Amino acid sequence: MSKSLRLAALTALAMLPAAGSFAAEHEEHAGGMPQLNFGDPLLVAQVFWLLAIFALLYVLMAGVALPRVASVLAARRSRIDGDLEAARAAKDRADAAMADHRSATARARAEAQGQVASAVARAQEELAVKTEAMNAKLAQQIEAAEAQIATARAAAMGALRQVSADTAAAVVARIAGGADRGLVDAAVDRELSARGHA
Amino acid sequence: MAAEGKAIDALHQFQLAPVLGGFGEQFLFSQSTLFMAAAVVCITALMLVGMARGAVVPGRLQSLAETSYEFVHELVVGQVGEEGKKFFPFVFCLFMFVLFGNLLGLIPYAFTFTSHIAVTFALAALVFVLVTIVGLVIHGTHFFSYFFPEGAPKLLAPLIIPIEIISYLSRPVSLSVRLFANMVAGHVMLIVFATFVVMIGSAGFIGYFGAVLPLAINVVLVGFELLVAFLQAYVFAILTSIYLHDAVHLH
Repeated sequence: MSKSLRLAALTALAMLPAAGSFAAEHEEHAGGMPQLNFGDPLLVAQVFWLLAIFALLYVLMAGVALPRVASVLAARRSRIDGDLEAARAAKDRADAAMADHRSATARARAEAQGQVASAVARAQEELAVKTEAMNAKLAQQIEAAEAQIATARAAAMGALRQVSADTAAAVVARIAGGADRGLVDAAVDRELSARGHA
Repeated sequence: MAAEGKAIDALHQFQLAPVLGGFGEQFLFSQSTLFMAAAVVCITALMLVGMARGAVVPGRLQSLAETSYEFVHELVVGQVGEEGKKFFPFVFCLFMFVLFGNLLGLIPYAFTFTSHIAVTFALAALVFVLVTIVGLVIHGTHFFSYFFPEGAPKLLAPLIIPIEIISYLSRPVSLSVRLFANMVAGHVMLIVFATFVVMIGSAGFIGYFGAVLPLAINVVLVGFELLVAFLQAYVFAILTSIYLHDAVHLH
């Protein structure tokens, strides 16, 4: 930037002689540039007016205007800082609430899982007890039924022997004309046991 | 540069004249001082009206006032450091005064008081005196070690010390001539091209077309001058801050 400034200043300085020559022809007061006409009382007075006016500006700025700007800027900064602080606190609270929520959820989930597991265990236990009872009852019934069958079978076998013996005695009596009942019974028994029906 | 018996009178615009009738003549109040007063009124109005509400969310004028404040504040604190805060009002006044002097001068028929070497030199001398006093108050006689940098070979002292003193003394000259020359050059160019527009334009029908070129140049120049107005005020303020830095910290 300083390079371009220097260039601008050089250009400006280069313009000066040319500017002076424009004026040299027609300016009434001697000596070209009015800025260099130090005989002009207005030019000298300008400096004193400048000092007075600049002093006034300094008093107005340093005394009134700039402190006002500074206070407004400070108020804004403190307000922004306050808001940021509040936002940070709110975020911390939200984070804490979130963490609470998360741990509560985890606790509730663990509790629920425990309850489910215990309920399942209880149900399985009950089921096992019932199954055992049912099995025992069924086994009893089967046993009773088997016993019944065995009785029925024995009765049937007894009836079969009676019928066989009667039939055999009747057949022998018909053929041989009288039969020894004891011999017939023994022969039927022998025959039945030989066939595996005793 | 004579054309049709008329010359381009580029320097008449810098001629001082008393204003406000008898008051101006009695108190040597020229249009230059009038515009200084106008600049002070404008700056004060900007800062006081702009900050009147002191709103947390600023409006346009308040934004402008705050931006100027913060711009100069950052400039001063950035260059001088925290110690520079007490010089902030002074640099702020310098920046705004020069800026408004330059900008008001761009209004047609207005007077540019920064185009007077007496004004710019007085401001630069003010800076020079302030900087020297600040240096002496802070560092006492040790301040004069500024003219001989530490670690330089003692043999070169007869060469370095005069050079440093001359460069120190030439500060107000370069500071004032830079601003003065920039403003003079800009306003001379503006009036030269404006005179071309009138001269060529008075040459009849063809002249109307010919006058477009210098007119276009003047349009560009006004934009350029707006940039220069700001830039020169900035340069004045930043050089003042750099000089203050030197006075506070000695290199």
